[in-house]
Amino acid sequence: MAILTVSGLRKSFGANEVLRGIELSVAERELVFIIGPSGSGKSTLLRCLNRLEEPTAGSVTFDGREVTARATNLNRLRRSMGMVFQSFNLYPHMTALGNVTLALRRVLKKSRAEADALGLAALTGVGLADKASSYPNELSGGQQQRVAIARALALDPRIVLFDEPTSALDPELVGSVLSVMRDLKARGMTMLVVSHELRFAREAADRVVFMDAGRIVEEGAPETIFSAPRELRTKAFVAQLIR
Amino acid sequence: MTAWQRFLETFFKPEMLAQYWPSIAHGVLVTLEIASAVVLTGLSFGLLLAGLRAYRLVPLNIAIVVFVDVFRSLPPLVAILIIYFGLPGVGINLPSFVVLWLVLSLVLTAFAEEIFWAGIISTPKGQWEAARSTGLGFSETLLFVVLPQAVRLGVPPLTNRTIAITKNTALGTVIGVGEILNQATAAQSFSGNATPLMMGAIAYILLFLPVVAVGRWIETRFQWRRA
Repeated sequence: MAILTVSGLRKSFGANEVLRGIELSVAERELVFIIGPSGSGKSTLLRCLNRLEEPTAGSVTFDGREVTARATNLNRLRRSMGMVFQSFNLYPHMTALGNVTLALRRVLKKSRAEADALGLAALTGVGLADKASSYPNELSGGQQQRVAIARALALDPRIVLFDEPTSALDPELVGSVLSVMRDLKARGMTMLVVSHELRFAREAADRVVFMDAGRIVEEGAPETIFSAPRELRTKAFVAQLIR
Repeated sequence: MTAWQRFLETFFKPEMLAQYWPSIAHGVLVTLEIASAVVLTGLSFGLLLAGLRAYRLVPLNIAIVVFVDVFRSLPPLVAILIIYFGLPGVGINLPSFVVLWLVLSLVLTAFAEEIFWAGIISTPKGQWEAARSTGLGFSETLLFVVLPQAVRLGVPPLTNRTIAITKNTALGTVIGVGEILNQATAAQSFSGNATPLMMGAIAYILLFLPVVAVGRWIETRFQWRRA
């Protein structure tokens, strides 16, 4: 049963059409990997799903609700769609716990004690309970990204969108973030991941989607996409990644 | 009389010190009151206007920009004179200290708005996106995520600007606000001696030196290495 359905999704920035009719559906508990050359529209696709970017045309349905409908309460919708960014985007003036609990307190109107308990649980989930009172500038990139994941998870979302979560990290810090994502997958979270971590994709993804020039070129099981792709463009891109 | 004695006689005459210290002290009190009122209203309204400007409502933003630019270019003394001597002509009589407070507050509001606004627009877009992606609305994001960062960014330029504007309380002397300079010049013209002016100068330094020091402390305290 699909929890997220995208159909005919288009997005233009001025005369530049970045998404040219995307059809995609994601099942509950599925981990879908999106790969593709830079500029292919992967991040824009992700950002259209929670309407950080307004789609130009097409529709997105999430959990039975029309995301793209005018009347949709975006703030309510976004609570159940977590998002993790390439550059972490932690609030520099708040501690790790403050980052994780802000939405709990201001959006879900939880008391400080209740929010702190939930926030601490979320930080424990990413292995950073001991960093609760650290500020972002006191944390490594990998720790910051895990706090950002905890911030998304604290709201108990139905899906988490990852926009190149490890691209800004030093190689030795990537593993800690991937291991958190692996745990998340094991706990049955639905995930949509834009990333170039091929090994992780092979091991954890249920499906890999290859995008190029604003379209989905090919999708399938990781083994198929990486080892026996149908399309020439996929073959060329994968060859480049592996080399 | 040696030159040194003449110097002391002119600027530090003991009888003058004894006679006029109470009125200078009163002036310090008045300066302190007006300066604190100006800082309070100027900074709050500056922050408020900068926050409102973030909503990007075109007519409102035009009004804010016009207000800000007018009060940044108008010498405060001119505004003080226009309001103090002009408004009674249309039937509005404001006490002189209210005029001084009003004008300096408006000037500080204008400068503070620009500084806070610069802080708001230099807060990375990713901060807005992160907050909005967790379901925070525009106003909540502005209030809890963006403004705290904008205020911190604004503190170093603001401390200097705030000190510069609060020192302008001395302009109140031309409309008879009984602040330090007013007390000192009155005493000087009664006595024909410059000692009260020197007392005034020392009073300003004693008053503003701690403010400058606190400003420096706030500057270092409010900075944090950006992630």
